[in-house]
Amino acid sequence: MENTIIKLNNPILKLKDISVSYTAGKYAVKDVSARVAMNSITAIMGPSGCGKSTLLRAINRMHDLYPEIKVEGRASLDDKNIYQMNPMHVRKRIGMVFQRPNPFPSMSIYENVLAGYSLNGIKLKKQEKDKIVENCLRDVSLWDEVKDSLHKKGTFLSGGQQQRLCIARSIALEPEILLMDEPTSALDPIATKHIEDLLLELKKRFTIIIVTHNMGQAARISDYSMFMYMGDLVEYDKTAKMFDSPKDKRTAQYLSGQFG
Amino acid sequence: MTNTRYRQIKDKAFFYTVCAITAITMIPLISIIWELIKKGIKHINFSFFTEVAPSTLDAMLAKTAGEGMPGGIANGIVGTLLIVSVASLIAIPIGVLAGVQLAEKANSKFSHAIRFTAELLNGVPSIVLGIIAYAWVVRPITGGYSALAGSLALAIMMLPLIIRSTEESIKMLPTSLKEASLALGASYATTTIKIILPSAMSGMFTGILLSISRVMGETAPLILTALGSSVISLDLSKPSSAVPLLIWEFYNDPYLIDMIWSSSLFLLGLILLFNITAKQISKKWKTQ
Amino acid sequence: MKDRALKIGLLVSGTIVLLIMGGIVFTLMSGALPTIKEYGLSFIFSSEWNPNPDREQYGALPFIMGTLMTSFLALLLCIPLSFPIALFTGEYFKGTKAASFISTMVDLLAGIPSIVYGLWGFYTLRPLMVELGLSQQGFGVFTSALVLTIMIIPYATSLSSEFIRMVPNDIKEAAFAMGATRFEVIKKVIFPAAGSGIFASYILALGRALGETMAVTMLIGNVNAIPMGLFDSGNTMASVIANQFGEADGLKLSSLITIGLLLFLLTAIVNSLGRLIIKKLSA
Repeated sequence: MENTIIKLNNPILKLKDISVSYTAGKYAVKDVSARVAMNSITAIMGPSGCGKSTLLRAINRMHDLYPEIKVEGRASLDDKNIYQMNPMHVRKRIGMVFQRPNPFPSMSIYENVLAGYSLNGIKLKKQEKDKIVENCLRDVSLWDEVKDSLHKKGTFLSGGQQQRLCIARSIALEPEILLMDEPTSALDPIATKHIEDLLLELKKRFTIIIVTHNMGQAARISDYSMFMYMGDLVEYDKTAKMFDSPKDKRTAQYLSGQFG
Repeated sequence: MTNTRYRQIKDKAFFYTVCAITAITMIPLISIIWELIKKGIKHINFSFFTEVAPSTLDAMLAKTAGEGMPGGIANGIVGTLLIVSVASLIAIPIGVLAGVQLAEKANSKFSHAIRFTAELLNGVPSIVLGIIAYAWVVRPITGGYSALAGSLALAIMMLPLIIRSTEESIKMLPTSLKEASLALGASYATTTIKIILPSAMSGMFTGILLSISRVMGETAPLILTALGSSVISLDLSKPSSAVPLLIWEFYNDPYLIDMIWSSSLFLLGLILLFNITAKQISKKWKTQ
Repeated sequence: MKDRALKIGLLVSGTIVLLIMGGIVFTLMSGALPTIKEYGLSFIFSSEWNPNPDREQYGALPFIMGTLMTSFLALLLCIPLSFPIALFTGEYFKGTKAASFISTMVDLLAGIPSIVYGLWGFYTLRPLMVELGLSQQGFGVFTSALVLTIMIIPYATSLSSEFIRMVPNDIKEAAFAMGATRFEVIKKVIFPAAGSGIFASYILALGRALGETMAVTMLIGNVNAIPMGLFDSGNTMASVIANQFGEADGLKLSSLITIGLLLFLLTAIVNSLGRLIIKKLSA
């Protein structure tokens, strides 16, 4: 339970004693407290089973889907506890991109980008829609590749392109925070590089929290890093500092590859 | 003969027997289709589809005048369309929603009960469902034989298949689809209606087509419910004709007996059409 | 909220399914009540069937016997036919175009409506029976059973074929590696492994045969008596209902509904048995 609460001027997200249990008494995440800086990329690292995805999914209340999972603690977005807000509102402000690209198969590329609006019943004029689609696809560097096939279904796209489409879909709603659950682990190295470059651009407008099992990725793109082990937040610091001189022995062991 | 040689001969003999029996079993199929085509194709013309079934008198007169069989099966075609459409209207909403329930809450006691009941319903003989529709509709609701009663019997037959294919198609979707939709802030209802069901559509549609083709050829329950009619009627509260019912009537009438082949050919063709379409859709969906 | 509406919709539709089943049982039982009150259990064992209003007397035994005889005979005849086909598609030619062709043909057999089978049986099989001197007019238990056999082959084949296909390759290969012939692998490895599944598929095929109406009605001869020999005419539970339901009322109607109840129970038990075996196998 040794946390480093980084001093931040303007944290966008404040986590306090977040705990998640799948069965009574067994905690996958235990008492995690942290403040996430605005317009930064925060990486959550750790060996398999350490609870990093579980923690991430607690932030946009994905665990609500599964009645046997209990979430305790407080998470504040703008000083409002997200566990007391309407979950649908939470998810409009905190978006998520998943490990396997999952564009909706029944929708075209155009419709996929706008899915956040159509699913929430928000009506837009054709002009607005066209603008959002073009802007978002440009933001993810997909526009030139698909501008002539906007009304085709996205299944012909490569894995990397599909994932960029999913990112476009998420940012179309202009969330404040973008959660990413190992977004490049199903992609090849070149596609991975494109997405990493994309994230470095996107952090200027969004706050990104990314779960990754790839230390190199955390080192390459993140400003802050969390290291989790067996449900605990062991260390949380500026990435450069943590990699250079980790404070906890377990962090040092992980970073030197002693366990994976 | 050595033991090995003996075993090899047994092996080959068994193989040929298997192939022979498989081929022999195809004979009834070929025989049936051949008979239908041979005897039925000559009666299929334009009036086959547009005129109502001839009465015994019509047929008798035509025979004595040396003319061919008059009339067609228009009342049967319309009747089948009516009864099956209404049956679908009843069965599809209930079946799809029940299927969604089974896919979403797969392990609840409620879902187990529904699944078990649907399997049981699947095995109920169609004549028993005719009795049920008679008791539930013919007596109390329509005060007599009616197309609606026929639709009810057929709808109950369609339910288990629609429920199962909906459940299976939804289960085959990756869970991340549902999560991605919820992650965008959509409600459960919106996710189910706008994402899950459209994505599962091909599988569901296949199930619906197959269940339609299954009930189109049913005769027994209709004998007890729709009874039959000599006119084209769209009135659900009155007796109605249907192609299988017409075949049964023709069979029982020595003057109309020649009509059985063409009507059977038509019925079989219709059923095959739905079956093949269903298979094509399911194939296209699997390769996607 | 829309969520509530959907939840209610799901609940209602599930409940409707349960209510339908409950309704079926209730309707059958209440319709059968007068007959049960009149005859009690002896209804099942009595073979008198006389609708004449002066000496009304009803008993279900002839029809129960008719159903059982035709269905079991059909099952017996079906096994030596469907097992080879299942081996053809599930083992010998597994995965080839030949297998999918045969599967499609078998599916076609399943799609032919009952009344068409009846017509074919009447115009093709029956004369054959007469020609072979097996029966005077060609009607009877045997002819009906023959048509039933063909009708249930698809049900028996597709399921057994699946179970045969599911036998893992490694145990088959182990047997081949010891020098066994194909036939021996089938006999000693595949059959024991897939045996219970194949058995279950036959039980389900039996369930299908028990409920069959039109084809049997047209071929069994419509005689309200217990068939004493394979080529005797008779009636089945399903066919007597089809033939005599219209215009029936009073005790006759109730007796027919009772027969419907018996048929329902019979098929429910057989089908549940089959499904139970399959569930045990996939557990």
